[in-house]
Amino acid sequence: MEKVTQFTGTGMPLKISNVDTDQIIPAVFLKRITKTGFEDGLFANWRQNPDFVLNNPSFQGAEVLVAGSDFGTGSSREHAVWALRDYGFKAVFSSKFADIFLGNSGKQGLIAGVISDADTESLWEQIEADPAAKITVDLPSQEIRVNDVVIRFEIDEYTKWRLTEGLDDIGITLQSEDAIAAYEAKRESWKPKTLPAKGV
Amino acid sequence: MSSKPLTLAEKLWRDHLVLRGENGAPDLLYIDLHLIHEVTSPQAFDGLRLAGRDVRRRDLTIATEDHNTPTQDIHLPIADATSRAQVQALRDNTREFDIRIHSLGDKNQGIVHVVGPQLGLTMPGLTVVCGDSHTSTHGAFGALAMGIGTSEVEHVLATQTLPLQRFKTMAINVEGTLRKGVSAKDIILAVISKISTGGGQGYVLEYRGSAIRALSMEGRMTICNMSIEAGARAGIIAPDQITFDYLKDKPHAPQGADWDQALKDWSELTTDHDAVFDAEVFIDADTLDPFVTWGTNPGQGVSLMDSIPDPDSFDDPSQKAAAIKALAYMDLKAGTKMKDIAVDTVFLGSCTNARIEDLRAAADIIRGQVMAPGIRMMVVPGSQKVRLQAEEEGLDKVFVDFGADWRFAGCSMCLGMNPDQLAPGERAASTSNRNFEGRQGKGARTHLVSPMVAAATAIRGTLSAPSDLEQ
Ligand code: SF4
Repeated sequence: MEKVTQFTGTGMPLKISNVDTDQIIPAVFLKRITKTGFEDGLFANWRQNPDFVLNNPSFQGAEVLVAGSDFGTGSSREHAVWALRDYGFKAVFSSKFADIFLGNSGKQGLIAGVISDADTESLWEQIEADPAAKITVDLPSQEIRVNDVVIRFEIDEYTKWRLTEGLDDIGITLQSEDAIAAYEAKRESWKPKTLPAKGV
Repeated sequence: MSSKPLTLAEKLWRDHLVLRGENGAPDLLYIDLHLIHEVTSPQAFDGLRLAGRDVRRRDLTIATEDHNTPTQDIHLPIADATSRAQVQALRDNTREFDIRIHSLGDKNQGIVHVVGPQLGLTMPGLTVVCGDSHTSTHGAFGALAMGIGTSEVEHVLATQTLPLQRFKTMAINVEGTLRKGVSAKDIILAVISKISTGGGQGYVLEYRGSAIRALSMEGRMTICNMSIEAGARAGIIAPDQITFDYLKDKPHAPQGADWDQALKDWSELTTDHDAVFDAEVFIDADTLDPFVTWGTNPGQGVSLMDSIPDPDSFDDPSQKAAAIKALAYMDLKAGTKMKDIAVDTVFLGSCTNARIEDLRAAADIIRGQVMAPGIRMMVVPGSQKVRLQAEEEGLDKVFVDFGADWRFAGCSMCLGMNPDQLAPGERAASTSNRNFEGRQGKGARTHLVSPMVAAATAIRGTLSAPSDLEQ
């Protein structure tokens, strides 16, 4: 995985709360078996409305999405993160994320940072006042810098470490092979096995 | 030596700890059972291939086809090319990695969360994961069961473990006795409307109290299923005699000495008397009415006896804005009585409410009744096995005589990845779990209801309680 540390880009205000994953990417796009090319699915239904913020030319090319609270609720589809990433977003900020979405973001190098409601409002204001305003997102210091304002965002330490080091989760876990094997050796014998198939 | 009193979820966590994380690192947990379906797995298998990794425990892994599968003419090739390719990818991947699969047409095919329990693979004391948020269903057995993303699916395939951050615990106490016509679905819709769709964030919810103890396994699964709609990572119910009786004759239930040992271990799976939850919620089952949603998230619900709330009645500005947006999408007005809302379609199905007991409850109400004019009703059993059982009991005839569509098993109109969709603007009473915008078809409007309310609604044409039929 590539290391994620700092980038500078422009922002997009998504002034909607409770954005569920069915809105981020509707189920019909989930039929694909590839892991890239999901940009066309991002907010596919809302995008049909010409007034939807994604269609606003001022915000084209934005890399920072600032959303209302409870972002990413609903299904576990990692496609939601792939769609945001493929569209070009490198970071999403909200005052509250759904757990699974947060976990999925961390796996894909999308920074999902928690900021206060007040900071959300303030970012919206600044982006709307000047859509070309440069926003710097700095992961090591957990800071969003725009104009002269510095906003701190929260992200769990471990995800931050993994992203900044560019480490792959599976690779990290495989280093604990001995511990896994030791656990398996003492697992209860009543625990079910799918094989061989019984009575089916 | 006295150890710290623990909640059930904390005990399960402790029992599955492979490594304790240090300095903010997550704990590494062992996964006992991994369920797979076609939508969230292809990219995970690709990842394995790319890295040259194998599946660590194919004997703890099982796959079925559910999201894309048609519910009619299942002997024909799947018409939609992308759906067909996705199902084919699952078949190819499970063949390549030698994983057990129940394909369309197989007696054990069905919605992944119906298949696990009916095979007796889901049992107390396990950790269960699946690339699907409604994996919380399996918590009904006293298992720690969580939905995961595709990268995590790959992680479990490769290592049979998952790095996870600790959860907080919340007790949902439901005391009392449900009235006739009120069911598990109404409890969970009431819970979500009380704590909101974000209220469970970061928590494992443990459902407790006399009303929960009185529920069948089917009812308990309905409740745990929707834990995710409250934002929780998992829901759990302590196992008891009802759980053990349900498991006893299932194909994968432990046998002989293993069964005795299992019963011993399972009887310890309760929250310690003096354990402390991080949060508690209380619901009075005695006074609960059938509960239905009016909006576009599962927290936007009210008693069926009530009217649509005025957005101005919400103190929280974002909730108010959400209500205004939802009412516009749903084409509804504040103050309208819920019972005056007419629907076009009734959907009885999904991993929330398509087990045999759900079909029985609905069939009991419509038996000998006439469907309201202009209504379409679709009945989609949660699994092939449920379908066969229902046919053995003659329930299919009850549905067909009533004028409903009797279908083959799958997710169907719960999310409309197959052809089972609502047309734009159509309104449904649905026993599924999500009323999100466009979930059941573009522009479709969904009211979440219990199987009994679904049945009464099909008879009257407007959202109705079973008690409305007695007047
Ligand atoms: S029935 Fe619906 S909620 Fe359940 S697994 Fe299928 S799509 Fe998901």
